Amino acid sequence: MSTANVRSGLAATGKYTSLVIASIAILLPLVVVVITSLKTKEDYATSGPLDLPNPVTFANFGTAFTDARMASAFVNTTVILIVSVTGTIVIGTMAAYAIDRFNFRFKKLIVTLFLLATLVPAVTTQVATFQVVNTLGLYNSLAAPIALFMGTDIVSIYIFVQFMRSIPVALDEAATLDGANHFRIYRSVILPLLKPAIATVIIIKGIAIYNEFYIPFLYMPSQNLGVISTSLFRFKGPFGTQWEILSAGAVIVIIPTLIVFLLLQRWIYNGMSAGATK
Amino acid sequence: MTGFSTVVESRAEARRTRRMRRKSHVPRLASRGMRITPWLFLFVPLVLLITFTYVPVVNMFWYSATDWNGISKVKHYVGLNNYIEFFTRPELFRVFRVSLYYLGASVIQMALALYFATLLSFNTKFKNLFKGILFFPYLINGVAISFIFLFFFRPGGTLDTTLGLFGMDQSSAPQWLGNPDIVNFSLAGTSLWRYLGLNFVLFLGAIQSIPGGIYEAASIDGASRWQQFRYIIAPGIKPIISLSFILAVSGSIAVFEIPFIMLDGANGSATFVIQTVKTAFQSNKVGLASAMAVVLLAIILLVTWVQRRLVPDEEVTLT
Repeated sequence: MSTANVRSGLAATGKYTSLVIASIAILLPLVVVVITSLKTKEDYATSGPLDLPNPVTFANFGTAFTDARMASAFVNTTVILIVSVTGTIVIGTMAAYAIDRFNFRFKKLIVTLFLLATLVPAVTTQVATFQVVNTLGLYNSLAAPIALFMGTDIVSIYIFVQFMRSIPVALDEAATLDGANHFRIYRSVILPLLKPAIATVIIIKGIAIYNEFYIPFLYMPSQNLGVISTSLFRFKGPFGTQWEILSAGAVIVIIPTLIVFLLLQRWIYNGMSAGATK
Repeated sequence: MTGFSTVVESRAEARRTRRMRRKSHVPRLASRGMRITPWLFLFVPLVLLITFTYVPVVNMFWYSATDWNGISKVKHYVGLNNYIEFFTRPELFRVFRVSLYYLGASVIQMALALYFATLLSFNTKFKNLFKGILFFPYLINGVAISFIFLFFFRPGGTLDTTLGLFGMDQSSAPQWLGNPDIVNFSLAGTSLWRYLGLNFVLFLGAIQSIPGGIYEAASIDGASRWQQFRYIIAPGIKPIISLSFILAVSGSIAVFEIPFIMLDGANGSATFVIQTVKTAFQSNKVGLASAMAVVLLAIILLVTWVQRRLVPDEEVTLT
């Protein structure tokens, strides 16, 4: 009995030790950047990375916010995010409604086209997608990322189809008997019932767009069209060695993510699992 | 995915018979309207799908057989020359080796994720706090992560100072990002830090979907923690582990953000995708870059095909 207790005691110690070590390893790089962002220029030059700021200053955040053009970056990101997410929901639910609730010619072909597209990683086709975006005259405008975020998101359609299968067809039929046409059924029966799936898509898509670097980098080289990622990226140039200011820039970008995470934890865990396993 | 289409089919079948039964008293006009309706709903999604997925894929195959530079009006057909050039130039081919570092890191990452998911599936104090800490890096913006780790690895930075606390001589510390022999270990480590949380949450979800009663029954029967893991948890989450492994393989071939933002692919950190992007947009060799993209696409499709063979879709249920 006592050996068992000792053993389980040891196991518990090992368990918490490993969790604490992992937490330190994960948090250390982050915390050091936060500490650095609070240091004055002189303090940064004379202190080590692990030394606490003395005195504490918030001036770096102001410098980073104005010089990295964060205000316009947040506006651009928000515009892209709202339009793309809304578009994805409208397009995705419509496609899912047609695929799940109708039987029509070439249906099998259409479903296969959508499924095959999930296998094509966007990063591989950018070389050719670039020419399409250019031909359509979308290059160097907010429309380019918006079109790409809306047009290449098959995962959302998949999430909607899966969820729609759990909505009984009897509801559609009841609405038909009441004289509703298909658009009304989609609008008043299906869409409201898809709310949980829509929430999942908003979360996955919202975080993905906020963090997306490559598409805005490739399609919006203009300084005025910077989003969060590209503005922070370009910021590295002029301030290459002023780490107290670069750190403040990184912290500014991380804070909204942290707030959203703390508010929506449960939704985010479920949404990320749904998105990653498709 | 195949499961998905067959289920759609069979339900459609059922609905069709239902509709046919009703057809007797439905006017003919309405049934014609029925056939157009799905296309009205599909029109916009299909146009976007074709414009931004299929047109580029088809074009990519065509470009890969030309010497196009991306700007000029004329493209000359060169057959398989681009593919031959790619496979015979060792400096282009070498980028595949870089993927191995990331693949190695993903294996360690999955082992760690499995370990922590198992730990946290049992009663633990501050469970949500630990879960949050492990997962949060996955949500952070890639550029911010690059900044964090540029600072972490720089000479006299966080890593060197921390090692100094343990008595290591800082002046003899290696150039974590400057030394071509070490740089890929550092970057793969950064990638591990970033993606550990996703694996962990996926595994934890799978473990928690195993009914708790089974553990109780097992511990009454005298099963140890290790036996519970070996005979209950491991078989229960096998599908998600193999899925994660396949995602890790295709992910490690398509690595881009971290080495591109941190080092612009310098010091031997260039990956396949960085090389492709540079070939297309800096050297203006769209033909060659398209051939590389076709090769990458083929590899990823192959890996995905293997995955679909090994892990039937229905087995992976998390939500």
